[in-house]
Amino acid sequence: MSTLTIRSLRKNYGTVEVLKGIDLEAQNGEFVALVGPSGCGKSTLLAMIAGLETVTSGEIRIDGRLVNAVAPKDRDIAMVFQSYALYPTMTVRENITFGMESRRVPKPQQDEAVKRVAAFLQIEPLLGRKPGQLSGGQRQRVAMGRALVRDPKLFLFDEPLSNLDAKLRVDMRTEIKKLHHRVGKTTVYVTHDQVEAMTLASRIAVMHQGSVQQFDEPAMIYNRPANMFVAGFMGSPAMNFLPAELGEEGGRPTVALSTADGKTVGLPIVQTLPSDTPRQLVLGIRPEHIYRFDPDLQRRKPGIAQIDAMVELVEPTGAETMAVLRLGAKEITGRFDPDSTPRMGETVTLGIDMARACLFDPTTQRLI
Amino acid sequence: MVDAALDRSLDHRAATVTARRHLLTRLVIYGLLVVFAAIYLVPLLVVVLNSFRDQQEIARNGLISLPRSFRLEAWSQAWSTYCIGGTCEGMQRNFYNSLKMTIPATIISTTVGAMNGYILSKWRFKGSEALFTLMLLGVFIPGQISLMPWAFILGNLGLSNSTYGLIVIHVIQGISFTTLFCRNYYVSIPDDLIKAARIDGAGFWRIFRKIILPLSSPILIVTVIWQFTGIWNEYLFGVVFTSGQQQPITAALVALTASGTNVRAYDVMSAAVLIGALPPLLIYLFGGKYFVRGLTQGAIK
Repeated sequence: MSTLTIRSLRKNYGTVEVLKGIDLEAQNGEFVALVGPSGCGKSTLLAMIAGLETVTSGEIRIDGRLVNAVAPKDRDIAMVFQSYALYPTMTVRENITFGMESRRVPKPQQDEAVKRVAAFLQIEPLLGRKPGQLSGGQRQRVAMGRALVRDPKLFLFDEPLSNLDAKLRVDMRTEIKKLHHRVGKTTVYVTHDQVEAMTLASRIAVMHQGSVQQFDEPAMIYNRPANMFVAGFMGSPAMNFLPAELGEEGGRPTVALSTADGKTVGLPIVQTLPSDTPRQLVLGIRPEHIYRFDPDLQRRKPGIAQIDAMVELVEPTGAETMAVLRLGAKEITGRFDPDSTPRMGETVTLGIDMARACLFDPTTQRLI
Repeated sequence: MVDAALDRSLDHRAATVTARRHLLTRLVIYGLLVVFAAIYLVPLLVVVLNSFRDQQEIARNGLISLPRSFRLEAWSQAWSTYCIGGTCEGMQRNFYNSLKMTIPATIISTTVGAMNGYILSKWRFKGSEALFTLMLLGVFIPGQISLMPWAFILGNLGLSNSTYGLIVIHVIQGISFTTLFCRNYYVSIPDDLIKAARIDGAGFWRIFRKIILPLSSPILIVTVIWQFTGIWNEYLFGVVFTSGQQQPITAALVALTASGTNVRAYDVMSAAVLIGALPPLLIYLFGGKYFVRGLTQGAIK
């Protein structure tokens, strides 16, 4: 059993407020990802959980115990660093046992633990080598081995994959997921890569400018982003934002978009709107919710609304094709199946899945 | 086809010209280097040759001329029997004085410098940068300025005219340099290592011993060479704060040249100078390549 609870945590460097009241929790065995652009405070938050940074105010509890003033070594945590931080003068084995040596674990027990972890991570042949003789992926494994051998209450990962090349990163991501599955330890994982966060985490905390914008399950973060920042940050290509007005057609509310020829097209709103919905809106649509319109589609997806757009650019990636579409004064990106990709210069009728669309208040940037 | 062949021959000619010009440049560079090396080496050569020449022969043929005799007597005289200011023991006592002063002062100042560097780079605290700046001042303050204060301190400590007094001076005067060297080197060691070790349960000393020290050999070699040669060659404090049998070899060398007899014993003087210069020379010969490597390491990485 191990949980992490953070209450109104603040961090100041002089007059600069780095963290502005963070509330966060991780249940036993949960995998929480802290994601956000660089400078959002996610690494500082992790360092504070580890005890490497002091707490200005608020509280951090591990298993209910207040650890604000507890030294890192007494928090029963293990951490994997972005740089791996392997001790360069020690062999892999010595790297793994260093923590146990510090804690005066008896030798036979150490050997046992090294054997178990090395087998688990398949690094037995590397035990006698120095970190300098290892490849990036191997170093990564050793760094994880050093953390695993402790059997700690809490695993902390600080962007562990960002020093690997693209292919290896995907492999290691899968490895980490498997690892968490097998070990089942409560984990806090910092990353700036929203894909990593989406694939690994059971809950994601999206951070921006020192505060948590949304803390929820990946599906909720993706489908119902709390505000325009979260909506824009999660997902690639990013969500399209279209400024619009609240309209009405046949007694039903619509999102009124102005098109290139000065006309207004009303897209029916599927969701029920609160009474204080502002006149001005921002319509958020993810690229994959834009289709080529056909009647069959409308039968399958009842929320589909039609609108015409000009195809400005087509970017095939193989599995799918991105198209830059001009809608009035705005450019939006659509994600198409290669078979139904529109051609450049063509005017297409798009089917927009309004059931999946998000509406934002342009002044507060919040989801309506 | 023709064009291609023409091109190739042109290429070939251009390559030859480049190669020839390259060779010429090399020749000029090496020629100049040889000339300068000779200029630097001639004084040393003169002293080395004179230390093996007979005093009479030096008097006859002049200080700078090729040797017509070879004897080792000057060396043994300089070492153990030559008379300086009334005592006829040669330089050996002063040589040992210098060793007794230089070795502990080097070890202590290097150790303190490494500790300071470790703290100032990896365990920063409020005001540590200011403290470092203040310590750096010591690098720029000439030794002469501190002569009076040192005289006062050594007097109060009862350490005037003793090797221990000189050790104290050299340790403290050297800390600025050793701290600067070590601190700047340790700054390049990633902080993540320290963080990882702290989470691993290692404390201040264990991190120093197990992580920092094993990475320190380049900078420790630099610091030791720097301190050893600096302290060994230091003259001012030696001559001011010690006299007679307590003097380090640099001070004694001056006493030797000033000692009373009419005849200038150039052979003995040469041998004595060489004896005095030998330890730093040996240190540099054995450690020189590490010295250069250590000084440039930060730049390459």
